[in-house]
Amino acid sequence: MVSHNKTEQVCLHFIFVLLCIAAVAPFVLLISSSLTEEAALMQHGYGFFPKKFSMYAYEYLFQSGGKIIKGLGITVGVTLFGTVASVLITVLFAYPLSRKELPARNFFSFAIFFTMLFNGGLVPTYMMYTQNLHIKNTIWALIVPSLLMNAFYVIMMRSFFTSSIPDSLVEAARIDGAGEYRILFQVVMPLSKPMVATISLMIGLGYWNDWMNSLYYITEERLYSLQAILNNIINNITFLQSSSQSGAAAAVATMPSTGIRMAIAVIGILPILCIYPFFQKYFVKGIVVGGVKG
Amino acid sequence: MNAKTLKKGKGILQRKNAIALFSMMLPGLIYLLVNNYVPMAGLVIAFKRYDFSKGMWASEWCGLSNFTYLFKTKDALNIIRNTVLYNFGFIVLGTVLAVAVAIMLNFLKGKLSKKIYQTLILIPYLVSMVIVSYIVYGFLSTESGFLNNMLVGFGGESISWYTQSKYWPYILTIVYLWKSFGYTSILYYATVIGIDSALYEAAAIDGAGRWKQVWHVTLPGLKTTIITMVLLSVGRMFFSDFGLFYQVPMHSGLLADVTDTIDVYVYKGLTQLNDIGRSSAAGFLQSVLGFMLIVVVNYIVRKLDKDSALF
Repeated sequence: MVSHNKTEQVCLHFIFVLLCIAAVAPFVLLISSSLTEEAALMQHGYGFFPKKFSMYAYEYLFQSGGKIIKGLGITVGVTLFGTVASVLITVLFAYPLSRKELPARNFFSFAIFFTMLFNGGLVPTYMMYTQNLHIKNTIWALIVPSLLMNAFYVIMMRSFFTSSIPDSLVEAARIDGAGEYRILFQVVMPLSKPMVATISLMIGLGYWNDWMNSLYYITEERLYSLQAILNNIINNITFLQSSSQSGAAAAVATMPSTGIRMAIAVIGILPILCIYPFFQKYFVKGIVVGGVKG
Repeated sequence: MNAKTLKKGKGILQRKNAIALFSMMLPGLIYLLVNNYVPMAGLVIAFKRYDFSKGMWASEWCGLSNFTYLFKTKDALNIIRNTVLYNFGFIVLGTVLAVAVAIMLNFLKGKLSKKIYQTLILIPYLVSMVIVSYIVYGFLSTESGFLNNMLVGFGGESISWYTQSKYWPYILTIVYLWKSFGYTSILYYATVIGIDSALYEAAAIDGAGRWKQVWHVTLPGLKTTIITMVLLSVGRMFFSDFGLFYQVPMHSGLLADVTDTIDVYVYKGLTQLNDIGRSSAAGFLQSVLGFMLIVVVNYIVRKLDKDSALF
């Protein structure tokens, strides 16, 4: 047992409470600002406690903000579809790599591993997707470029299959006449639930938070996800700061005002904050196995 | 049935299995080819004069002119300097902070409080950089930002954060540490809890206080993980978090000198300035230098500790 003494414990708790406040307080600022009356915001600025409480920003968003609800819909849809497709591809790729029967196994392992070391970067990727595959301003632009967002998940999954699924089990199923697909989905998958859950959560989080694909490939407002809407507001602010004063004043009036802007951001993080405590275990596991070589 | 037919039967079965296994991999293989290998080949664009009507493959070759064009401007050295220096600062500060947090977490008594702390410090890691840029804006906005309110409240003058570049190396470093320290701490913590507690007891019996225990037990136990993690980050020295350097400063042009990294430059060249030549040359350098660096770094890790090597 590691020994403990009281003064030390008090100090440690003190430090951790400070660290936790540092981690969480900025979110409090965000949420509190979204719940403050617009006039109070104008006068006192953003603060950690609403000077004058108001749900106006949220009412406004859900009454007149068809755009926000649509954006939320796109984000949810893309996250669900993207996660399922991505997990399926990952598992289907990882399982054969874990089987000795697969010819040229090392070659295929290398093919995926190499993509972690070397990549073409933005320019060729962008050109291929826009000129050869024409995904610009289609819903696919939000899904396809991230399907194997981390080649490491394939390698993680393969190591898990190799180390945790006994060969004898697969062999037994095979003698019973089961084909490879049946073995994977009825024998191997049920035993791999925690690992699949971990990977699904990490991939789902990636899709939910993704704004880069919208930035690169989406210019039409009808396909804006929540993150893209937020991004677009920043672009407008930047544009206004750099444009002439008279035009800017007119445009400011039509822009989501100070509090509403923060409310959209809150809608973007609330679902994550709500499910996170319940899946904390899986997130931590995903980080630990995904961060260092498994 | 004799042994020969049995063997033949098995051979057919094996082939059938192999085909099934191949068919499983097919979607992934096609995807890798399109999403990863075609763009690798597409790096040749850096040696071409890009022509919109002809596309990436049919444009004319132009030798090294994109690279000479890139290095004629002061941009090239600036973006490389920014990328490398920020990474250097992030690696040093990030590692020290994360290791310290991981060690402290280990000395903490009480399962529940440990779990609560772990849960809370990880939250910043879970949100996107766009959201982070909103939070930062909440602090730094000139008219309504929290910091300016405080400054004015205490009789100072408000600062126009988004137009003055001298603050941004510090701001970006703080934002980086804030967002990542929970994540890296938990990574190191996973190693710390694996250290045999008998070693602490032995050290305590020998009269070692807390600092000596950390110095003689915890840090040696963490050594391999620290070296691996640091070297892996060094291998990513030419890459930067595009969101951190593009979104958090709100693309403010006045800050470009200290916030433009290679990734930001490539993006701007491609989409805003229509400067495909320089953009693709910078991207090419990033991909190739990055690859060489990671191979070298891996070679060093291999020499130090074979098990920690990436490949």
